[in-house]
Amino acid sequence: MSVVETKVPAGFVPVYTRPKALSDKRFTYCPGCDHGIITRLVAEAIDELGIQERTVGVAPVGCAVFLYEFFRCDFAQAAHGRACAVATGIKRANPELIVFTYQGDGDLAAIGTAETVHAANRGENITVIFVNNQIYGMTGGQMAPTTLPGMRTTTTPEGRDLRSTGYPLKISEMLAQLDGPAYITRQAVFDVRHVQMARKAILRAFRNQLEGKGFSLVEIVASCPTNLRIPPAEGVRWVKEQALKYFPLGDLKVRE
Amino acid sequence: MKVLMRGNEAMAEAAIRAGCRTYFGYPITPQNEILEYMAAHLPAVGGACVQAESEVAAINMCYGAAAAGVRTLTSSSSPGISLKMEGISYLAGARLPVVIINVMRAGPGLGNIAPAQGDYFQATKGGGHGDYRLIVLAPSTVQEAAELVMLAFELADRYRVPAMILADGMLGQMMEPVELPPPIPPERIPPKPWALTGAKGRPPNVVSSFDLDPHRFREILRGLWDVYRQIQRDEVRWEEYQTEDAELVLVAYGTMGRICRTVVRRARREGLRVGLFRPITLWPFPSEPLRRLSARVPVFLTVELSAGQMWEDVRLSVDGRAQTPFYGELGGVVPTPEEILNEVKKYVRG
Amino acid sequence: MPPKGMVVIDKDRCKGCGVCVATCPFGVLALSPEFNRYGYNVAAMAAPEKCTGCTMCAQMCPDAAIEVYLYRPAKEAV
Ligand SMILES: Cc1ncc(C[n+]2csc(CCOP(=O)(O)OP(=O)(O)O)c2C)c(N)n1
Ligand code: SF4
Ligand code: SF4
Ligand code: SF4
Ligand SMILES: [Mg+2]
Repeated sequence: MSVVETKVPAGFVPVYTRPKALSDKRFTYCPGCDHGIITRLVAEAIDELGIQERTVGVAPVGCAVFLYEFFRCDFAQAAHGRACAVATGIKRANPELIVFTYQGDGDLAAIGTAETVHAANRGENITVIFVNNQIYGMTGGQMAPTTLPGMRTTTTPEGRDLRSTGYPLKISEMLAQLDGPAYITRQAVFDVRHVQMARKAILRAFRNQLEGKGFSLVEIVASCPTNLRIPPAEGVRWVKEQALKYFPLGDLKVRE
Repeated sequence: MKVLMRGNEAMAEAAIRAGCRTYFGYPITPQNEILEYMAAHLPAVGGACVQAESEVAAINMCYGAAAAGVRTLTSSSSPGISLKMEGISYLAGARLPVVIINVMRAGPGLGNIAPAQGDYFQATKGGGHGDYRLIVLAPSTVQEAAELVMLAFELADRYRVPAMILADGMLGQMMEPVELPPPIPPERIPPKPWALTGAKGRPPNVVSSFDLDPHRFREILRGLWDVYRQIQRDEVRWEEYQTEDAELVLVAYGTMGRICRTVVRRARREGLRVGLFRPITLWPFPSEPLRRLSARVPVFLTVELSAGQMWEDVRLSVDGRAQTPFYGELGGVVPTPEEILNEVKKYVRG
Repeated sequence: MPPKGMVVIDKDRCKGCGVCVATCPFGVLALSPEFNRYGYNVAAMAAPEKCTGCTMCAQMCPDAAIEVYLYRPAKEAV
């Protein structure tokens, strides 16, 4: 069995290639991490819309902190939780730019809740990619506001106790109640069909911005196999059997 | 042509004339007029004013706007500036030129809205985390406030560092005739090839304060400190008033500097040889001129609307060559010229 | 008759997570015993003749390491 087929024989044409919006840098995510799929989907959307030269990304603090290295786009690295405020500043300074944030659940739904809610409520014309892996991945697996009931984390060693730590925060449902946002949707990437749906949602969230429709947020229910201490393939099961119980998929708000 | 303007409004108008096209702020007394002025006047010049949900959000909006290459301003008063400190540290780390106005009020805590100077340490010694400094400019009149705002934008851009105007409630609220400087033509604002304008025909630009490699990060910070040293060399500003023959020099900045000027005049009328040394840049602090002065002046009386913060820099500069007493007020109480003159008389006789 | 499709796996990007192996409906892929320079067992085509070029593996790869090709000799001639 050959390890790598480097040369493509005559007669073969490419049908799936690495997105052009991605740089040559290897992702710094763990093996099998959903962040990698989501990062690639964002790059695919940028390619498909042909907006690489006018897109500015805002990287979070979290496992996606190095996002600016993965893209061939201009990028700002934001303080933990402040990405939506930074994106607001960029977009207001230069409305011609296509501005997106990419944030984890600790970043967006804990420390950055206020910035997120108010950017959404202002109807800020930006695109937000929200990776809900129900944990603080980067800092080693502490409880996030989205951590599932009973789920073990390094700060809930006996499992998340609802009486003392509250409930998984459904930030997308909250945002969908507001008049400001144009598009709030929850997606997943655990199989090809869902990857394709997530891809369409991300595309739509960017297209909304191009059309001036306003704040669009795509939440993606993901898993962090490293901190769940499970093989990546089981991350699929985790999302399907556990996470989706609390975070059902689908569009929560669509303003035409 | 002179116009009568409130300090806060003059600073806001000066910012617009300096080419500031984005403003982000959150209401807090005694600086609300800046936000209100920007809300009324920025859109007319094609700019954007956002009333943010907090000072934290506002400073991070500035981070974004400055990263996009546009001159940007935020303003607040003491409790709000505390909230901005995280963002200011990131601005310093990411080398973003933003102008921040602090119209100081009395603290700690919620304190009150009376003028005070208790944020000197916070402004000049870092305030947020990490190894950085701000350029800190302290106006003492409405005219000077307008001019220093324009200068702050220029210096922030030239050195790619955030700059702060450290004013206080008295200056912010005071109405004075002011000759506003003419607007800066857009072509005089230096280009920003590092800004996030879309990676078209060039490699991507990244604005970040993050580097996991200690050695590489050290090199970045060494570069930053080279810039700080250049600022310390070239941008020190201060004013001396009747120091030539002085037996006692008052050291005071901002509103306190203004009151001390009155004290000098009254003291001179009584035959007391009193002068004033007024730092205009609080960082870089005018240590060298103060040190020179200390070769022939026996007493430096530092006067502040605080428990004695700039006083430490005065003592470091004078370094034991002269007496360095302190007189200050707390809690938003502003000492009268008479009270200060009585203090002066403890050290000099006519 | 060459296979309908083939994949090219970027050896250095692959982290051996096995997601593509689990995804391929035709059992084309497997983790090889060989390590790349980062110490990962990289994925490779174990049964290249079965590849249909459906792109499912590439869509699921978390490291954007897979490119997919289809056998289209006519198109190439154009
Ligand atoms: C102000 C501040 N507080 C805390 C941290 C430490 N910190 C870094 S990443 C992180 C949590 C990241 O979790 P999440 O946003 O869910 O991203 P993930 O790593 O799971 O993708 C925390 C708390 C920080 N960098 N800054
Ligand atoms: S820690 Fe978890 S979220 Fe972070 S890169 Fe690893 S698997 Fe992904
Ligand atoms: S999915 Fe990608 S990274 Fe994982 S084993 Fe397959 S090629 Fe390697
Ligand atoms: S392209 Fe389809 S058939 Fe070929 S290896 Fe990938 S998943 Fe299997
Ligand atoms: Mg997380």
